[in-house]
Order: sequence, then structure tokens, then C-alpha cells
Amino acid sequence: MKTLLTITLTSLLTFNIAFAQTPEERGLEIAIESDKRDTGFADQLAEMLMTLRNAAGKESIRKVRVKTLEVSGDGDKSISIFDQPRDVKGTALLSYTHSTKPDDQWLFLPALKRVKRIASRNKSGPFMGSEFSFEDITSFEVDKYTYKYLRDEEVEGKATFVIEQFPTYQASGYTRRIVWVDQEIYQPLKVEFFDRKNSLLKTLTFHDYQQYLDQYWRADRQEMVNHQSKKSTTLLFNNYQFKTGLTDRDFDQNSLKRAR
Amino acid sequence: MRKISFCSLIGLLISQPVYADVSPIEISGSASLEFRYFPQDALSSEQSDSNFSFAIQPEFYQSWNGGKNSLLFTPFLRLDEHDSERTHADIRELLYETVSDNWELRAGIGKVFWGTTESQHLVDIINQTDLIENSDTEDKLGQPLINLALIRPIGTLDLFILPGFRERTFAGGDGRLRFIPAVDTGNPIYESSAEDKHVDWAVRWSQTLADWDIGISHFSGTSREPLFIANNDGSALIPVYNLIDQTGLDIQTYQGNWLLKLEAISRSGQGRRFSALITGFEYTFVGVFNSVIDVGWIAEYLFDDRKNNALTPFEDDYLIGTRITLNDAQSSEFLFGIIQDASSNSQSFNLEASHRIGQSWKIELESRWFSNINPNDIDFSFSRDDYIQFTLSKFF
Repeated sequence: MKTLLTITLTSLLTFNIAFAQTPEERGLEIAIESDKRDTGFADQLAEMLMTLRNAAGKESIRKVRVKTLEVSGDGDKSISIFDQPRDVKGTALLSYTHSTKPDDQWLFLPALKRVKRIASRNKSGPFMGSEFSFEDITSFEVDKYTYKYLRDEEVEGKATFVIEQFPTYQASGYTRRIVWVDQEIYQPLKVEFFDRKNSLLKTLTFHDYQQYLDQYWRADRQEMVNHQSKKSTTLLFNNYQFKTGLTDRDFDQNSLKRAR
Repeated sequence: MRKISFCSLIGLLISQPVYADVSPIEISGSASLEFRYFPQDALSSEQSDSNFSFAIQPEFYQSWNGGKNSLLFTPFLRLDEHDSERTHADIRELLYETVSDNWELRAGIGKVFWGTTESQHLVDIINQTDLIENSDTEDKLGQPLINLALIRPIGTLDLFILPGFRERTFAGGDGRLRFIPAVDTGNPIYESSAEDKHVDWAVRWSQTLADWDIGISHFSGTSREPLFIANNDGSALIPVYNLIDQTGLDIQTYQGNWLLKLEAISRSGQGRRFSALITGFEYTFVGVFNSVIDVGWIAEYLFDDRKNNALTPFEDDYLIGTRITLNDAQSSEFLFGIIQDASSNSQSFNLEASHRIGQSWKIELESRWFSNINPNDIDFSFSRDDYIQFTLSKFF
């Protein structure tokens, strides 16, 4: 009898807890799950081809190689090496991203062999003249946002959670983002960005997800459309590699100076 | 001495085991056509009011052993319409590099930059200035060197042996932006009996501590910056290269949109010991007026305790400048600065702008003006050399 009562009480409690979960808690839970599933890749190499398009459709190309080191409990470290356009070839950017405090960034200028620190409230600034800002391309960290689960919705035949995210870090260019998270792989399929005046600024869509090392999902293609300027950027990723053995030493200023 | 460093370089190369994963040679670089126009008549009648110039700087790079070993070769050539001194070639880099977990070794001819400030670079001393390229002192000649960097948790310790000295380049008689009388680079005077074969050394410790980047350095050897004496008939200036010891400190930190900078040196060997300092900030407004345009403000104070005896015109001066970055697909940028002498009306203005054309071309505008230059200041010779310059560059 006592056992039965305990079981009933427990299930009642569980039921209540599940029911009492607020949209905020539900949103956070999904974010934590996304983060958990993408943990443990150690390091990552990728080649990025960006195609910038202005309102008239005129195109411009950027080629960047990105090395990323996973840092547990903080934002990741990365070195981006610019290959094109040719006048910025050899320029490299070292970033120590942080969830809530400003990122540390150093830029290497090959002509002068100079490493310059960047005062990095520039999270909202455009990355290489594209429609992606720095905050759009840095690693996802749970602490970067507060969350609100909105609804379930289907996107191109896939079940998604629709979640509103509010940046917690300073100097974001956005008041909020709405993210459509694939319920199967816990990766975003679509993001809408709202500017500081809370009007829709940009839409980002993710295409052709591939799985690496039986765990990590990466989209081969991202499309960013700016609704206000009518400009757009396509981001193609190539040659993903994981767990290549990179260490902190590959992400210091000495390595930045010889980044190739 | 240059020959010796070449030999040791080749020796190092031969002693390396042959690795299978030798990367193909990467070739890149730039070629540029430059036009300068001087609106004012020159102080000397040999000098022209306009000048065309062409420069090319290819770069060859090869690595092996998973990028842990590499060889870099960067020759440079400039052809100048009027100034035979400015028509010159240099090996900017011919550098072998090998990298390990906690050390890096470089040998050959290389280029090293130390410092944080924008108006002048006090601490930077490894390379000689290729002054004939540009009066902003940012162009450097290749320096023979052996550099061992020890990378430890307490910071990076860079040790340098610098076998061989490069003379500073100066505009010739036909060139503008030159001293009056012109510098005779053929007969320099050295304090060291080894002349330009004196072996210099330098050491630098650098570390990043949270938001701070700090460097402390010491150099012992032939001064990159010469003193001058007039020749017998006063028709030319003879550069005098003393042996000096220079200790330097460079710091940068940031707080929000503020970037704070300091460079300070203390030097002995050229008369009495002296100190010089530059400190200032750069403040950036990101995305002004709800656009993607960034506007930065730069302010620096320059001090040299030699006062008016300083070789530099910057003994008690302010720089105020602005940097506008459009963040467009063409990476358009503008930089405008004024350096004002605190104790006189003398000013120099500097404007730089650049804009990419297509995927591999760039057009640049540069203009400098000098106003109310004190006849006792070292840069009085330049007082009629205001200029506007266009450069069209192709990158490959």
C-alpha cells in the first residue's frame, strides 16, 4: 500500500513538473540538449566560401579557412585565415569567444607583420562585408541567450521546435532571434533576426546537413537574406575535419603570426 | 655577413630530413603603379612636381612536415621615374622556420614588428626603415636574423641575433620628401669598427594577461635611426650610426569600445640617455546611425625628452585622427589624421583611403600636407612637399 502510494505520488509529481514547465524552461531545455549533442568534437577545420550579393545581384567572393578549438565552459577559440579577395590574403583573425563577456580578438596584418587587438564590442559588425555579423558565426553557447519556447511547427517536412532567443551579451545587433530547431538532430533549420528596433532584419536558412563522426551535424550551405538592404550572402562549407589534434598552442599569437 | 646567413640557411635546409608531405610552392603577391603629385614648387630645383613609380613584391612559400617547417621568399623591386635612389630592390624575407610545441626557430632574412600605437612606432627596432618608400616609416628592409622564440605559460621569450646592419634609405637629389641638403648614403659613419657587420642582439618578453597585451624588449647594437653631420662643403648630410642600448615597453588593453595603447623607450648611446613615449586611445562607434559603418577616433600624445634636439619632429605633439570603415563588399576605408606640435603651430595632415575593385584590384589615395613647419624642426625640408598620391595595385 505504502509502495503504491509512493508511486502514485511520484508520478503525480512528475506529471505536475512536466506540466508546470514554463515556455522559458522548455526553451532552455532544448538549448541545453542542442549544446550537449554538439559537445566533444575537440577541434574542427573547415573551408568557407562566401558569395556576397548586393541588391542588384552583383556578386563578390570571400574564401576563409577556419580552425576551431572547443573550449568547455566558455566560448570556443578560432583562427580564421583569409585567402580571398587577394588583397587580404594572409590576414588572420584570432578570436577567444565568450558567452557573456566581450570576445577577445586579435587581427594579424601580414604587410606590417603586425598583430592588432580589436576592441571587440563589434559583435554586431559585418564579417568581411557580408550579411553575417561576427555574432552570427561564433559558436553557440547556452549562456548567450535566454529562451522562450513558442510552438511546434513543420519546416519543409521536418518537425521543429520554434524558440525565441534573447541575447544576454552586450552590444548585440539584435533584440531577439526566432529559431526553428529540427526535432530530430537538434540543429537550426531557420533563424529570423530582429534588429534593435525589433523589426525583421534577416533570415538565415540551413541546407544539406551532413553528420560527421556519427554525431556532429553540420550544414553544407547557409543562406542569409537581409530584408532591409535586399543584400544576401551564401555560405558554403567544404572539407570539414574533426579531432585533428589541435591544442591551445595552435590558437596563440605566435600561431596567428604564421597562420597560412 | 649576408653571405654567411645565406650559407647557414642552406646548411639548415640540407640538414633537414626529407619529408614526403612537401606542399606545392604557393605564389602570391602584388604589383602596383603609383603616381605622386606635388602642388608646390620644390625647395631644390632638381626636384620634380610629379612622379610615376612601379613596384612589385611576389611571395613564394613552401611548407613540409605538416606545416611545421617552411620557407618563405619575398623579393621586392621598385622602379622610380625620377629618383635613382628610390629605384631599388630588396629581399624583404628569405626565411626558414621550424615550429615545435614550445619553441619556434626562424633563420634568414625576416621582418618583425613590435608595438601598439598608430602615429609612430618607437619600440619597433629589429628592421631598418625603408624610408624612401614612404615617409610614414612603415616600410621596412629585410633584416638578417636568427630568432628563437620560447613559448611558456609565463609568456613568449624571443631571442634575436642580428648579424649585419642595413642602412636607412633616403631620397636622392632628384627625389621629393628629402632633407635639404640630401643625405649621402654612400659614406655612412659607424661607431663600431665592424661597421655594418656588427652583430646586434635583442630580446623580448611578451604576454597576454586577460585583457592586457604586454611586451618588454631590449636591443643592443647599431641604431636604426642615424644622427647626421654635414660633409666638408655642407653639400650633403652624412648619416652617423652609433651603438645604442634601447629598452622598450609596449602595452595595449581594451575596455568596451576603448582600446588603450602605450609605447615607451629609453635609449643610451646617442649623446645622453633619453626617453620617449607615445600613449593614446582608439574609440570605435560600431554601426553609426543604424548603418554598418564603423567610425573610430584616435588620439595619441607623443613625447621625447630630448625636446627640440630630438631627431624626430614628434617631441611634444598630439595626433588626432578618425578611421571610417564602410564595411561594404569593396572594403572601403578612410583614415584622416592631424599631428599638431603642442608648442608651435606646426601641423601635418594625413589622409588615406582605399577601395577594392573587383576581386583582385585595389585603388588607394594618400595625401600629406605640412603647415607652419618651424624652420628649426627636422621636417622643415619637407615643408613644400605636400603631395597627393594614387596607387593602383593588382594582387595575385
